Amino acid sequence: MSKKLLKWNEDRTLFPEKNSEGKIDVDYDSHKFMKIWHGPQHPGITGNMSLELTLLGDEVMDCETHVGYLHRGFEKLMERRKYIQCFPIVCRVAVPEPDFNEYCFASAMEELAGIEVPEAAEWLRTLVLEMSRLQSFLAWIGGQAGSLGQGIIGQWTIYLRDLILDRFEELTGGRIYHMYMLPGGVRGLLPDGFRERMTQNLDDIDKFMKDVKKVMFDNYVFKKRTVGMGVIDPAWINPFGITGPNARAAGVAKDVRKDNPYLKYPELDFEPVVGKDSDIYTRADVRRRDLLMTVDLIRQIMAKIPDKGDIRAKTPNVLHWKVPAGETYSRAECTRGEYGYYMVSDGTEYPRRINVRGPSYTHAVALLEKMIVNANIADVAGLMVSLHTYPPEIER
Amino acid sequence: MGKEYIEKRTVISPEGNPIEVDPLKDYFCDAAPKSCKSASGIIEKFANWARSESLWVLGFGTGCGAIEMRPLMTPRFDAYRFGIQWRPTPRQASVFVISGYLSVKTLKRVVRSYEQMQNPKFVVALGSCTINGGMYWDSYNTINRLDHYMPVDVYIAGCMPRPEALLAGFDKLKHIIREGRGEGANKYAENFDWYKGNQKKIIKDWDMPDYNW
Amino acid sequence: MQTIIENLQKHFQVVSYHQQRENLGFLIASKEVAVGLITHLRDYEGFAHLVLLTAVDWIEDEHFQLTYLLHHPEKKVDLGVRVMISRENAEMYSIHHLWEQARTYQRELREMFGINFPGSPDVDKPFILEGWEEIPPYRRDFDTKEYSEKTYFPRPGRETHDPAEYMKKKLYPNE
Repeated sequence: MSKKLLKWNEDRTLFPEKNSEGKIDVDYDSHKFMKIWHGPQHPGITGNMSLELTLLGDEVMDCETHVGYLHRGFEKLMERRKYIQCFPIVCRVAVPEPDFNEYCFASAMEELAGIEVPEAAEWLRTLVLEMSRLQSFLAWIGGQAGSLGQGIIGQWTIYLRDLILDRFEELTGGRIYHMYMLPGGVRGLLPDGFRERMTQNLDDIDKFMKDVKKVMFDNYVFKKRTVGMGVIDPAWINPFGITGPNARAAGVAKDVRKDNPYLKYPELDFEPVVGKDSDIYTRADVRRRDLLMTVDLIRQIMAKIPDKGDIRAKTPNVLHWKVPAGETYSRAECTRGEYGYYMVSDGTEYPRRINVRGPSYTHAVALLEKMIVNANIADVAGLMVSLHTYPPEIER
Repeated sequence: MGKEYIEKRTVISPEGNPIEVDPLKDYFCDAAPKSCKSASGIIEKFANWARSESLWVLGFGTGCGAIEMRPLMTPRFDAYRFGIQWRPTPRQASVFVISGYLSVKTLKRVVRSYEQMQNPKFVVALGSCTINGGMYWDSYNTINRLDHYMPVDVYIAGCMPRPEALLAGFDKLKHIIREGRGEGANKYAENFDWYKGNQKKIIKDWDMPDYNW
Repeated sequence: MQTIIENLQKHFQVVSYHQQRENLGFLIASKEVAVGLITHLRDYEGFAHLVLLTAVDWIEDEHFQLTYLLHHPEKKVDLGVRVMISRENAEMYSIHHLWEQARTYQRELREMFGINFPGSPDVDKPFILEGWEEIPPYRRDFDTKEYSEKTYFPRPGRETHDPAEYMKKKLYPNE
C-alpha cells in the first residue's frame, strides 16, 4: 500500500526488533512497555467501553477492546416478551439513534405477518429515519471535533441537534426514545405548522454547517492531525465487514438505501457520498456531506409527504398476535452503516430469537484493534471517534 | 481465568534488583473509610453552602442517560450557570451521576470510581432503571436497586429524564446539601460491611481490594 | 438467485432451500459441508460480505441452529446458510480465516450459547460477561427473571395482577 497507515517518528533505533511475523514481542519485564486503560471512566471515550493499550513510549503497540459494560441482554429479554411488549424496548438498543431499531423490528415483523403498510405511514417513517440520521450526525461532528481539541463545534452542533429533537418531540412526544413506528404503521400524522418549523431548522443547520466547515474542516490544525491518519485499506472492507460512511470514505459506494431500497427511498433523488483517501479527514468530510445530503432529503420528503391519510394497517389484536413461523432479515442504512434485525418466529405470541446486527460490532472490535497499532496515544480518541462507534449496539 | 496480576510475585527492577510485589497491598491504600464529624454551627452551614454551589460532576457515562448530559453542557440548558461542571477524574469530582442502568461489569468500575472520590461526595441516580430496574427489571445482567450498593442522594425518575428534569434534580441536591442532609459518604462508611456484602454478592470477579482510594 | 442455488446443488448437498423474499433466501446445509459451502459462496459466487453469524436455540428438537447470513455486493442479494448442530457438546468449525470479523461473533456465541469454535483466536476469553458462573444466558433453559429476582434485590411493589380478578376484588370485596 502506497500510503503509510499512520505517521510515526522515523528513527526506530531505540525500538525492540520485530519478530518473524512483523510484530514486536511485548515483554513487560523489560520495563519498556506500559499498559494503560483507556476507559471506561475516561472523557475521550465514545460511550462506555474501554481499550486496553500497550504502549512503547507514546506509541500504541497492542490494543484490546473490552465491551460489555452496557450489556442488558435484550435478545434474551425479547424472548420472554410478546411482540408488542418488545416494541418499547427495541429502541433502547442503540441510544443515540433509536429509530432504526424500531423500523427494522417493525418491518421484519410486517414481512413475517404479511402486512402492507399504508403509503402515508411509509412517508412518515422515511422522514423519521432521516431526522434520526441528521441528529446522530450532528452529535458525531461535535464528538469528532471535541476529541481533537475543538470544543466549540460541539457547542454548536449539540444546539442544532436540540432543534431536531424538538421536532421529534412535536411529532412523537419523546426527545430521545420515540416509540413512533408501531408494527403496522406509525402513531400519528404531522402536527400543524410542523413544515414551517422544520424548514426554519433546516435553514439554520445549513447556515451553521458553513461555519463548521470554515472552523473545522479548513482548520490547519485539524487537517494536520487528520490527513493521512488512520487509513482503512479498501481491501479490508469485506474481511472486516465495514459498511456505511467508513466504507464510502474508502471509495466503495455501499449504501443500503441505494442497494436494497426500502420505504420511499426509490422516489427520492440522491447519490451516495463517496470519498477517496479513507483517512480520518475523509471520513469526517464524507459524514459532513452525508449530513448535508440528509438535509436535502428531508426537504424532498417534506415536499412529498401527505398531510392526511391512513397511517395504520389493520392488525390482529396485538395482545394475542401470533406471527406466522419463519425467519427474515431486515436492514436499513443508519449513520454508521448497515443496521439489521434477524428475526425468527416459531408461530407463537413470543419471538423465538431476535438478533441485532449493529455496524459498530465489527468497527469497534476487530477493525479498531487492527487500525490502532502504531498510533500515537494522543490520536487514539480521534481515531476511535472517526469510526463512529456506539457501544450499546455492540453488546446489546 | 487466571489472575496473576493480583498475586504476589517478584519483579526485576530496571537496575536489576529483584523486588517483591503484592499488588493488592502495594498499589492501593485499602484502609476502610471513616465517618467524618461535621463542624459545628455556622462554619458547617457556610461549608455546605459552598459545597452546594460548586457541584463537580464526574464525567463517567455509565448508561443511556449520558446522551442527555451533552445538552446540559451546551448553551441551551447550560448547567454551568448553576456551578455544575464536568471533571475528567474522580479525584476532582464531588457528584457522581449514575446515568441509567448499571450492568454488573460497570458496577465494579463504578464502585472503584466512587471510592476514589473525595469526601463529601453525592450520588445522583438518573432514570427509572436505577430505582427498581425499570425496563430491565428481569434482566440477568443489570442491577435493580442502586441504593443497595451505594448511598443515593437524589433519584431522577424517567426513561429517560429530560434535561430540565436533570436541572431540577441538581436543584434538589443543592437543597439537600444546604440543609446538611448530604451525608452519603458517612453513611457509606458506617454501613460499610453491608454495602460491601451486597457488592460482593453480585460481582463474582472480585479482583480489587475491599476499599481503594 | 435461482441460478446460484442450481449451481450450488451441482457441487454440494443442499438439504432444502426456502425463498423468503425476492432478495433473501435460506438454505440448510449439514455441519460437515457448511464451511466448504460458505468458502465456495465467498470465492466463486461472490458473497463477499458476512452480514451476521448467530444461533437459535431449538431446545425441543435438541439442537442449535447457526445462521450465516451472506450478502452479495454486486447482485444485492442475501443468502442465509442454516446449520443444525447438536445441543450436547455443541461445536462448530471456525470460519475466522474467511472473515476477520467472524472471530468476534464466535467469541460471543461461545460465551452466550456455549458453542465452541476450536481454533478461533481468543475464543475462550470473556467478551461481554465478567465472572459468569451460570449456564450460558442465551440458552432457552436459562430463566433470566428467576435469576434476576434471586440476585438483584428486587424492589417491592412490582406485582402483576389479572385485571379482571383484581378489579373485582377491589370493587366488590364482599362477594
